[in-house]
Amino acid sequence: MDLLSFARGLGLKIAIAVFCMGVAWRILAFALLKIRRDFNRPREPILKYLLGGLITVGSRSWPHREFIGRTGAGEALGYSYHLGLFAVVLLFTPHIIFLGSLFGVTWPGLPSSIITIISVLTLTLFLAVLFRRVTNHVMRMLSNFDDYFSWFITMLVLVTGLAATAHVGARYETLLAVHILSVDALLIWFPFGKLMHAFYIFPSRAINGALLARKGATS
Amino acid sequence: MQHGSDNALVGDMLRRHGVSRRAFIKFCTAAASAMALQPWMGPAMAEQLRLAPRPSVVYLSFQECTGCFESFTRSFAPTIENLIFNVISLDYDDTLMAAAGDAADTALTQAMKANFGKYVLIIDGSVPTGAGGAYCTAGGKSAVETLREAAKGAAVIICVGTCSSFGGIPFADPNPTDAWPVTAIVGDKPIINVSGCPPIPEVITGTLLQYVTTGRLPDLDEHRRPKAFFGNTIHDRCYRRPFYDEGKFAKSFDDEGARNGWCLYELGCKGPTTYNACATVKWNGGTSFPIESGHGCIGCSEPGFWDKGSLYSALSTAEWEKSGNSSPRQVLELSAGAVAVGGVIGVASAGAGRLRQYRSEHPLDVEQEEG
Repeated sequence: MDLLSFARGLGLKIAIAVFCMGVAWRILAFALLKIRRDFNRPREPILKYLLGGLITVGSRSWPHREFIGRTGAGEALGYSYHLGLFAVVLLFTPHIIFLGSLFGVTWPGLPSSIITIISVLTLTLFLAVLFRRVTNHVMRMLSNFDDYFSWFITMLVLVTGLAATAHVGARYETLLAVHILSVDALLIWFPFGKLMHAFYIFPSRAINGALLARKGATS
Repeated sequence: MQHGSDNALVGDMLRRHGVSRRAFIKFCTAAASAMALQPWMGPAMAEQLRLAPRPSVVYLSFQECTGCFESFTRSFAPTIENLIFNVISLDYDDTLMAAAGDAADTALTQAMKANFGKYVLIIDGSVPTGAGGAYCTAGGKSAVETLREAAKGAAVIICVGTCSSFGGIPFADPNPTDAWPVTAIVGDKPIINVSGCPPIPEVITGTLLQYVTTGRLPDLDEHRRPKAFFGNTIHDRCYRRPFYDEGKFAKSFDDEGARNGWCLYELGCKGPTTYNACATVKWNGGTSFPIESGHGCIGCSEPGFWDKGSLYSALSTAEWEKSGNSSPRQVLELSAGAVAVGGVIGVASAGAGRLRQYRSEHPLDVEQEEG
């Protein structure tokens, strides 16, 4: 078995299995934790505070007017590289074929040259995000190994993908194998690190919003 | 350079066959160009070759389909490939020779004895070792015995085709004859692999010509293939490459994309991982190559090409099974199984968390229970 066959065969199988197992584990372990009962009488009817939860998902996804000067740039940066990542992952034809082979669904892609431009821009944004994290005193104090490793492994996927597309550094099959292996590594790391925010971010905002709405507060 | 059986110089042979100096220089220039050598190497090669003795060549065929030999001998008379047969002394070839039986065996023994240590040994086909080598025998000798004996006196071994180079189709899983490439049997001789199923005729003759001319092995890649022919991928030199870059792909062999000559990546073309000269040297006297005829590259010049999943699955697809790519059902089954295991761990983990929570909130109850 060569490296490429392992990366897109057994390696991918193991990565998907670990990913699914880890995500189920983390979500259930979180969801089944006992929530302390709130003995206060709700200020709002149940439907209203559930709606408050949904509203918070939207309102927390946008910079607050009062803080836009301080947080706007960071949020713009965050949105930009997330959108860049989504475009590269979902609109590059070889990726669509890959996802199609897994899920049986395909969709139209973008020309490779456009994807390359988006990838380079996303890569630049990734470096900017790291620079910001390292140079901002508060963010640096808040960061731990998990933050840096999650950044590194996502960056690795992007860099190896670009190298494979541009045929830089090694033979194409080796670059492709390394790229797919980096995806395998990302899938394995995903449930156990901060990349899990992809699953937690919206439920946690919704829960916070609902709890606040129950008390009659808006968020 | 080593002498063939009749000791004639190449120049003498050419004169005898009425080949003009101009035609010969044109041939050498074309060969030099195909090998990516400097333009001035053509005339220099012609001069060197003219004065060179005709080298003895022994061609042995083992577990193969004769496709490589067909490719080797394929000529468009009067073509340059015919010329090649005039500049070497093909002293033994069991497919071409008229002799049979003991006479053929004697011819082989004589050729090896007369040019011991000097002849070029060309091997076509893999070497089966199962059942004591009984799957491929000639004159009572197994292929593996014949190879070991012939390799002893060879100056160089040129493996023609993917079977002799990497085992090829006989080597593919489950390899019922326990077939091996030449490199697995012979370890003490210089070996050049000219892979392909079959290899391009000009690549075979060009490799041979370069060795005959320079007396040295060409620059080889990690699979011992001449870099001059195997230095680039098909994809890098493919005329359909601009369509790949534009994201224009044929979705089936008869759709509009296929008719417009768009990239065949989605139809399983292995061009990006295949190193060969098909897109530049081409086939049938430079007429065309498989991709130009509308079929994707199957990667036949790469080791283990037969075991690398379906020929019609795109390179970036998940290779779920040996016989092909994954199916959504298999992915679903694997994911469901993993989610179930993760779910059990998650429930256990949450239970443990609740217990910890209870103990921290009710320390007195816990003490009473334990007491």
